[in-house]
Amino acid sequence: MTAAMPSTFTAPATPATGAKPDTVYFFGTCLVDMLYPEAGLAGMDLLRHAGVRVIFPEGQSCCGQPARNSGYLEEAREVARAQLDAFPGDIPIVVPSGSCAGMMKTHYPHLFEGDPDQPRAIAFAARVHELTAFLVNVLGVKLEDKGAPVTVTWHPSCHSLREMGVVEEPKALLRQLANVTLVENKRERECCGFGGTFAVRQTAVSTAMVSDKLASVRETGAGTLLSGDCGCLMNIGGHAEKVGDGTRCRHIAEFLMERCHAQ
Amino acid sequence: MNARANILGRLKAAPGRPGPDLPPWTPPSYADKLARFRQMAEANHAEIHDVTASNWPERLASILNNRGLRSLMIAPGTPRGDALLQAAAQGVPLPPLVPYDRAVEALKDALVHQVDAGLTGTRGAIAETGTLILWPTAQEPRLLSLLPPLHIAVLEEDALHDTLAAAVRDQGWAAAGMPTNALLISGPSKTSDIEQTLAYGVHGPKELIILLVKKGE
Amino acid sequence: MLSEKGAPDGEHHGPRFAERAPDALNNPQLRRNFRRAMDGLMAKRAAQFPDPAYWAELRARGAAVKARALAKLPELLERLEANLTANGVQVHWAETTEEANAIVLGILQQAGARTVIKGKSMVSEEMHLNAHLERHGIEAVESDLGEYIIQLAGETPSHIVMPCIHKNKAEISDLFAEKIPDQPHTDDVDELTAAARRVLRERFANADAGISGVNFAVAETGTLVLIENEGNGRLSTTLPPLHIAVTGIEKVVEFLDDVPPLLALLTRSATGQPITTYVNMISGPRKTWEKDGPTAVHLVLLDAGRSRVYQDVELADTLRCIRCAACMNHCPVYTRVGGHTYNAIYPGPIGKILTPQLQGLDAAGDQPHASTLCNACAEVCPVKIPIPDLLVRLRREAVRPTETPATHLPVVKDGGAERSWKESLVWAGWRLVYTRPLLYRMVTRALAWGGNWVPASAPLMRDWTKARARPRFKPRTLHDLARERGYPNRLELDEVPK
Repeated sequence: MTAAMPSTFTAPATPATGAKPDTVYFFGTCLVDMLYPEAGLAGMDLLRHAGVRVIFPEGQSCCGQPARNSGYLEEAREVARAQLDAFPGDIPIVVPSGSCAGMMKTHYPHLFEGDPDQPRAIAFAARVHELTAFLVNVLGVKLEDKGAPVTVTWHPSCHSLREMGVVEEPKALLRQLANVTLVENKRERECCGFGGTFAVRQTAVSTAMVSDKLASVRETGAGTLLSGDCGCLMNIGGHAEKVGDGTRCRHIAEFLMERCHAQ
Repeated sequence: MNARANILGRLKAAPGRPGPDLPPWTPPSYADKLARFRQMAEANHAEIHDVTASNWPERLASILNNRGLRSLMIAPGTPRGDALLQAAAQGVPLPPLVPYDRAVEALKDALVHQVDAGLTGTRGAIAETGTLILWPTAQEPRLLSLLPPLHIAVLEEDALHDTLAAAVRDQGWAAAGMPTNALLISGPSKTSDIEQTLAYGVHGPKELIILLVKKGE
Repeated sequence: MLSEKGAPDGEHHGPRFAERAPDALNNPQLRRNFRRAMDGLMAKRAAQFPDPAYWAELRARGAAVKARALAKLPELLERLEANLTANGVQVHWAETTEEANAIVLGILQQAGARTVIKGKSMVSEEMHLNAHLERHGIEAVESDLGEYIIQLAGETPSHIVMPCIHKNKAEISDLFAEKIPDQPHTDDVDELTAAARRVLRERFANADAGISGVNFAVAETGTLVLIENEGNGRLSTTLPPLHIAVTGIEKVVEFLDDVPPLLALLTRSATGQPITTYVNMISGPRKTWEKDGPTAVHLVLLDAGRSRVYQDVELADTLRCIRCAACMNHCPVYTRVGGHTYNAIYPGPIGKILTPQLQGLDAAGDQPHASTLCNACAEVCPVKIPIPDLLVRLRREAVRPTETPATHLPVVKDGGAERSWKESLVWAGWRLVYTRPLLYRMVTRALAWGGNWVPASAPLMRDWTKARARPRFKPRTLHDLARERGYPNRLELDEVPK
């Protein structure tokens, strides 16, 4: 067994309460559903391995962020309402994306202002957890690395950092892995330039941002970039592929599953 | 008057909003105010010399020695200005003293082009930021601390406040009524507009010398 | 009708942000200048707030001070006016920048002023005051070194605190050698600074009037607070016989005690300084017994759209801004394109919310979209303006305007200017699919099967694939995989009636 140390970082965003929930909902996100389903499945498997029963409600679709960010608040609210309906039980909702989690946690209450469903939205928001923060702060998972030595670098999504306050948790998970070396890329906290519709509305600026981001990743010498958000991965990974850069861009859940629980 | 009524009318017609209560804020305090002041003032590129109430004109003469100052402007009618005039009369080798004794219009050319240094008092200082407080007066006008390339300020060591907030409160600024011009000065004039490179003396003094008057010496 | 002069679909004035950006992006020198400057400013700011708890406390105080002042704005403006007047300052009100220009010109003409020396003022930039004065035969010389440089170059500020941040010293050296008589080329910053001092000293000495902005106007004491490092602000407001200050109506604070927390936030956030060299507090013209200072002081209070911003309680948070520029210093978009790309007086994140509100969504409706909503600005704003939320609000006002109940006018000028039936249709369709689980499953399955055949020339795909490989739809969705792996669909509790 490798030194699966308890996480050593301070001030977790959601402090462990002691009582571990035995059942959680999983909100896959629309991007994961269609483009990165294996990352979503890995997230659910990680929770299952941590001894939690995972429910995947069939009625889920999207957090509503794309419409909200485009200014179509009514459309966003109706799609959000569909999620309120799809996750009725009073149990945690775990999300493999800081951005979608941030939408539901920080914006749902405001989105439903003046709407009879606002109390439901507020209660829903309180149940939302980003996956890595949930694994660390609520479940206190201990990981055992079974993989070969590898060097990785981490890209935090802007919303996981600045809406969800998830800073150290994913790194704490990676540091539990004995054969994984985590190196920081320069300006780690700077946006990759995705921004949803920004990437297609402001193509030139977005390209400059993602190209700088990839350059700083390349500078680390790590062959693998991990993130907890598939929007960033689609952007950085898509750019890497386009310019023929060999950097692998992967969701952290998939990486953790592969290293610790590979069949 | 129309614009005034229209603007105020629009503002008053706007939906009301509650003004929040101010959350508590505890500005820093320093066990050793003088040490903090020194550290910060020097970081602001000021030069500090310890002097006493009796020896400071002589100390100033030796500090300025070899600088080749053509003139030092002083404020007659202030204790500091008069002390220097007296010292000079007694033969202390100070630069030629020029009194700021008339309206700026009559002194403009000298002030803008000729005077090399100006000496002022202070109304205390702020430890947190190494800042001098100046309330220019009729005797000691404001340009004395601004136009000459060297500003010399006399500061009593017991006139230090932790912060600006403390100075405003302890000196009762709001209640006393503000002077025409109140100034906080933290080092010499500077700019970093060109490639964020610091350069001193862009418009005001290039140097600030603080004469720190120690108690009971 | 909601729109006062809404543009039809797709028609807008002048090139939009996205069209202007490539010029800056393709200028490597400009990119290096901004990157270097922003990295430096971010590091200097961070060093000033080492203790997160104290930062949170100070910032909460600063935000509350401004919010409280805004809650009482009309009352405080009246109190400010009364106290300034009692102090001998003449107060003027201007609804528009044109009115403000006319007021300033009138004061100068009445005094027979021919030359004006200016301290840095973004409100005077908003007014295009220099051009107005020059049209009427009055020469206005900028004295802040950065402003002086761009005035010599015939440019506009690219940053609200460091106006010539886009220029490096080689460019400035060339400019000085060309424009200042007998000035040799030099890359020594001290020599360049000395050259500006030499030229501007004469301008100060001979100016008939000084014009400045204001950082805080204190209602309680009738005091104008101006901060600066160079001394040009003090000179502009002290040496000439006449001083005219111009400021927005949102700059008023209630008490003198409100200034210390705001000042501490402003200088630290702006340039990473604990305090600026000078804090200049002006409470009146020269008294008869004083020897210097202007014999007349005027304050022009400018509205120019601010009272309209004030109507909406959410958008009014914009007016808390103390113009520190931390938002632009930390903005990944601003850092890459610089200030001129915004084609506005106030660039960067604060500009993206302020410009559309002051100028209207017809002129600047694209600005709120020049953001990834990364929240870097909100994280550093010293008065907690929720810039990303306001960007979203303005995006909404641009496509689906709300109206002010009293006037039935859009809350934001030219609300609805970005309306597009195509976009509305897309989101209506999106809503239809994403609120109906069965339909959603059908559509996602269809995409899983055929999504990868969407041609690269399809509207969004075309823009996406300019710099990125196309996203790949997987043959089975997470919905499919979850079921295959046996993850349950429902919590049994769901079935239990409450």
